Amino acid sequence: MAKVKGDIVVDIEKCKGCELCVVACPQDTIALSDKINKKGYHYMVKIKDNCTGCENCALVCPDAVITVYRKTGKKKEKVATITNVQKDMTLEVN
Amino acid sequence: MDETIVKTEEQEFLEEEICVAENLVYRRPKTLTDLDLHYCPGCGHGVVHRLLMEVIEEMDIQDKVIGVAPVGCAVFAYNYMNIDMQEAAHGRATAVATGIVRVLPDKLVFTYQGDGDLAAIGTAETLHTCNRGENILIVFINNAVYGMTSGQMAPTTLPGMVTTTSPFGRDVNKMGYPLKMTDLVAQLPGTYYVTRQAVNNAGNVRKTKKAIQKAFQYLQQKKGTCFIEVVSNCPSNWKMTPVESNKFVEEKLIPFYPLGDLKSPKEETK
Amino acid sequence: MGELRLMKGNEALAEAAIRAGCDAYFGYPITPQSEVLEYLSREAEARTGMVVLQAESEIASINMIYGAAGAGKRAMTSSSGPGLSLMQEGISYIAAAELPCLIVNVSRGGPGLGTIQPSQGDYFQAVKGGGHGDYKLIVLAPSSVQEMADFVRLGFDLADKYRNPVLILTDGAIGQMIEKVELFEQLPKGGTYQKPWATTGKTKNRERNIITSLHIDPKEMEKINLRLQAKYREIEEKEVRYETVKLEDAEYVLTAFGLGARICKKVVELGREKGYKIGLIRPITLFPFPKKLFADIAPKIKGILDVELNAGQMVEDVKLSVEGKTRVEFYGRMGGIIPTPEEILEHFEKIFLKGE
Repeated sequence: MAKVKGDIVVDIEKCKGCELCVVACPQDTIALSDKINKKGYHYMVKIKDNCTGCENCALVCPDAVITVYRKTGKKKEKVATITNVQKDMTLEVN
Repeated sequence: MDETIVKTEEQEFLEEEICVAENLVYRRPKTLTDLDLHYCPGCGHGVVHRLLMEVIEEMDIQDKVIGVAPVGCAVFAYNYMNIDMQEAAHGRATAVATGIVRVLPDKLVFTYQGDGDLAAIGTAETLHTCNRGENILIVFINNAVYGMTSGQMAPTTLPGMVTTTSPFGRDVNKMGYPLKMTDLVAQLPGTYYVTRQAVNNAGNVRKTKKAIQKAFQYLQQKKGTCFIEVVSNCPSNWKMTPVESNKFVEEKLIPFYPLGDLKSPKEETK
Repeated sequence: MGELRLMKGNEALAEAAIRAGCDAYFGYPITPQSEVLEYLSREAEARTGMVVLQAESEIASINMIYGAAGAGKRAMTSSSGPGLSLMQEGISYIAAAELPCLIVNVSRGGPGLGTIQPSQGDYFQAVKGGGHGDYKLIVLAPSSVQEMADFVRLGFDLADKYRNPVLILTDGAIGQMIEKVELFEQLPKGGTYQKPWATTGKTKNRERNIITSLHIDPKEMEKINLRLQAKYREIEEKEVRYETVKLEDAEYVLTAFGLGARICKKVVELGREKGYKIGLIRPITLFPFPKKLFADIAPKIKGILDVELNAGQMVEDVKLSVEGKTRVEFYGRMGGIIPTPEEILEHFEKIFLKGE
């Protein structure tokens, strides 16, 4: 099972599309968008859902546009969650 | 009939919302103002600005720190750093910092200077400030070129390196040799901690941040001059993409300006 | 009555700096003012905790002043002409950033390395700028050891009041001469002016303070220039200082500043003995210049003789002030030569009485 799961939030209007984050990402999670921001720069976007929250992209970002989140899987007592989608009901099985 | 989905723990973990406060591991430091930096895409200045502000935020010393900005690309550093700052004349940052720290000895004073500012026009001020052992941090951004005036030869330009004023490459016989200021100041008894770092990849960024943390701790202990050279890039004036420029840092600049501590106090480990 | 001492001009100035509550002195040795740095190195720290630092150059010392003044402290430096030339960049920055501080020029003969003998050849440098851009220093010209002391206190107060650098323009003779001086009492260190703009570390309850002279937007830069000019006009309106001698019935007026004025007082005496109706105007503030006084007196007199230890510098301001309403003549010696009262009187007789 996945132990670590990360995600990033990018302030695309501050991004200058330098691509240093793209090179720094060990997971190839990010790339430059075809679209441009108000400054006229292609900005970085997440293209895969495999971010580990390693922070490398944020560390090399000269414009401090990246916020990084990381969640580590914890051993929980519950083993499964059964969700009744139609009735919007959740039942936890212990 | 109701559809029932049974999720495993792994599935649940994967689908859980990650971008919530408790999972936050990195954000823009609040000691950076919200202004967009004027630096070119990929410029190392932004990274070092951010690292300084991260350390100041983490050490909770915003009210203790006074910065001195140079003349050069970082002349506007005070626009981005949410701390009290003074903007010095070209090359005079360490003299200005001396003036500040001598009258406010309990404050943590740093200068932020480029290679033209610190190693050409400000050589005398830099050496004498270090020699007096002023209790300040000098952050020296070395990208081997005059950035603000758009690409002239700097004292740290590599032999053979092409700039607008060394269009056929730096000829050391005519133009002199690259000046290794960090090696010079490491020889002076006034300096306490002298190191050369880089910000061309995530690993080096982490190390540079550690160096800045240490330096501010030494200033708190009034140990004397701390000097951090950061080997950096200048994609615009090197006429490279940011990625290529960081490769140039790795392959050309760092071999000439090797990274690591040139003077490191023996940590009290007893 | 304050404490009476027999002191050298430079030492009286240094003593006054301590008493005026100066926080920091940064300087570099140069004749004929090295006694200031020497006196302060000996006396200051133990008495008030004042910082005294010998810098590596005048360039460094003026920039240390920038830093210390920007941190809200009373800071000063002193030098002579060649050192002042090196400081001009820093002075321009200080004036632009509106930092209060005190700069002293104990001037000597120039140009170049020149001579260490007294001269007034730095008038233009002091009054007309010296550094780049449209700025003004408040310039005080003492003519006695007493004023060397008093103008330090006055200078710091004017600097703090207007957030403007103040220059004391004196010379090697006043700096080196020994006279009786009545010293003012010890004032609180740092003065009493509030400096909320100073960089002392950004606390949570205020915005950050920035000391800078960089305003890249022309509209913003012009606005700042206009504000500076308005300040200079206010200073011209409120801070003009001068001394007059026997001006009431004068047909001829001598004018001189600093050392020149001391000599001219004797000329007035000698001339009066011979029956000439001579008076004296001694501008004390060279900026702001006593324009109005000259303009008012010009139509009432037969001529002005401006005497300086230079090739004729203040005389330009005299001419501008009288606007052609009276004859303005000049007599000066250079290179460290000090004119005698007799030779000045002789020159006066030659040009005004014998019509030569």
